[in-house]
Amino acid sequence: MSLLQQLSLLSRGDRQADRVVPPTGHTAWLTSFTAGAMTFLAVFALALSLAAGRMADRWSDALARTATIRISAPADQVDFQTRAVLDLLATTPGVESARALSDDEQRKLLEPWFGPDLPVEALPVPRLIELQETGEGYDAEGLRQRLTAEAPGAVLDDHPRWRRPLATAAGRLRLMGIVSILLIGTAMAAMITLAANAALAANAQVIEVLRLVGARDSYIVRAFVRRFTARALAGSGIGALAGMAGIALLPSADAAGGFLTGLGFTGWGWLMPLALPLLAAAVAFAATRTAAVRKLKDLP
Amino acid sequence: MISFENVAYNYGGGELLSEVSLRLAPGSFHFLTGPSGSGKSTFLKLCYAELRPTAGHVTLFDREVRTLERDEVARMRRRIGVVHQDCRFLDHLPLAANVTLPLTVSNREVGSEDLGELLGWVGLRHLADALPPQLSGGERQRAAVARAVIMDPEVILADEPTGNLDWDLSVRLLRLLIELNRMGKTIVMATHDMNLIRQAKSQVAARVLRIQKRRIQLAGADL
Repeated sequence: MSLLQQLSLLSRGDRQADRVVPPTGHTAWLTSFTAGAMTFLAVFALALSLAAGRMADRWSDALARTATIRISAPADQVDFQTRAVLDLLATTPGVESARALSDDEQRKLLEPWFGPDLPVEALPVPRLIELQETGEGYDAEGLRQRLTAEAPGAVLDDHPRWRRPLATAAGRLRLMGIVSILLIGTAMAAMITLAANAALAANAQVIEVLRLVGARDSYIVRAFVRRFTARALAGSGIGALAGMAGIALLPSADAAGGFLTGLGFTGWGWLMPLALPLLAAAVAFAATRTAAVRKLKDLP
Repeated sequence: MISFENVAYNYGGGELLSEVSLRLAPGSFHFLTGPSGSGKSTFLKLCYAELRPTAGHVTLFDREVRTLERDEVARMRRRIGVVHQDCRFLDHLPLAANVTLPLTVSNREVGSEDLGELLGWVGLRHLADALPPQLSGGERQRAAVARAVIMDPEVILADEPTGNLDWDLSVRLLRLLIELNRMGKTIVMATHDMNLIRQAKSQVAARVLRIQKRRIQLAGADL
């Protein structure tokens, strides 16, 4: 019998097949509980990896591949050094474009700190040059040395340098979240396999009687698989709802929210934890089926 | 129907049965006798493919047992009713569900009239809803006979069905098997109760298979 046929038979109710295996209180309860607890944890791992993913994307995209050169020089030298730096950047491999910010742009940058009426011209505000790197990037150390030679007042402020480790860390965090989900799934499969094996062992006599009166393996397997799949689905459903409620009750993220408050689902993301019970049911189905088929092979 | 050709069976410590060659013809009634541990149960297990011979060939319904797939063995067992000494019921299901279990596992409908008639035949109609542990030994054995025949099998194998019963109940059970034989079923009944065999011989043309020194021989008329 193919897996698909098995699944379709599984979805149809078969009260009689359910009855041939005696109900076992403890295993039933523990299977549901395990599935529920594991799904609860998986919801958080999922939220973590989604949040980490958003963070990694944000940090990689925003200000990606840009750098700033700041020129602090005596007023009469600023223009001269600015031109020298721009000329130098034009011949630097790995720099796609560079331009000096205008006074207006600089005033806008300072506005949040000093107010709109700041007389930029009158202050010794350093001149800023924004540069875009090419895909390959430039040699920051080499550029720094040439800048010192050509324009002593120029300082290279390399954004990706400090941003890259953060983006990497966020990426790792996402990976950890995914690995956690996989581990949780595997641990659940292991526990359900143990529970199924215990149930199969406890019901060895029932299985023997069923074989004796002419039950095919698929019938016996189905009786056990149905039971464990249903338990895992129910337990996992409760776990997923509890986990989602937990996430929803977290303090909401504001615009400037840090990482912790950003933990949660957005938009369609809320549908993802709902897939976990189906996944848990599939894991239980596969684990119980494997255990039962292996067990039955040893019987005459 | 069931034929053995030079069959041997070995559990690992030497052969228990050797050079067994015989045929069970349709409609025949055989007693299988021999001391405890001589291999009566082993012979019956070979007959319903719970064991496969370690040498020789067992043929069930024209199929060599060794070539049967697991599902084919399951289908084969629906054509062979087995009555065990310890009955082998599912203790959490009522008697009626136990008797109809062979139908249930082969996804067949259970006719409640047929079931009532069958339970009436073995005298258990009033106990249909009782759980197996609540039944007496004789009632359990009769229920086991009912379960063995519910699929209308061609062969009925009974392994010491009267082992735990007193004389009157044994005779009653024997009568059920003799009735089944008259309906055309092939019967093999293992027993070490010689009186029971003598009792049967007056009612049915039964033959006696005796296990002696690992061989199965057709006993003479000296019983």
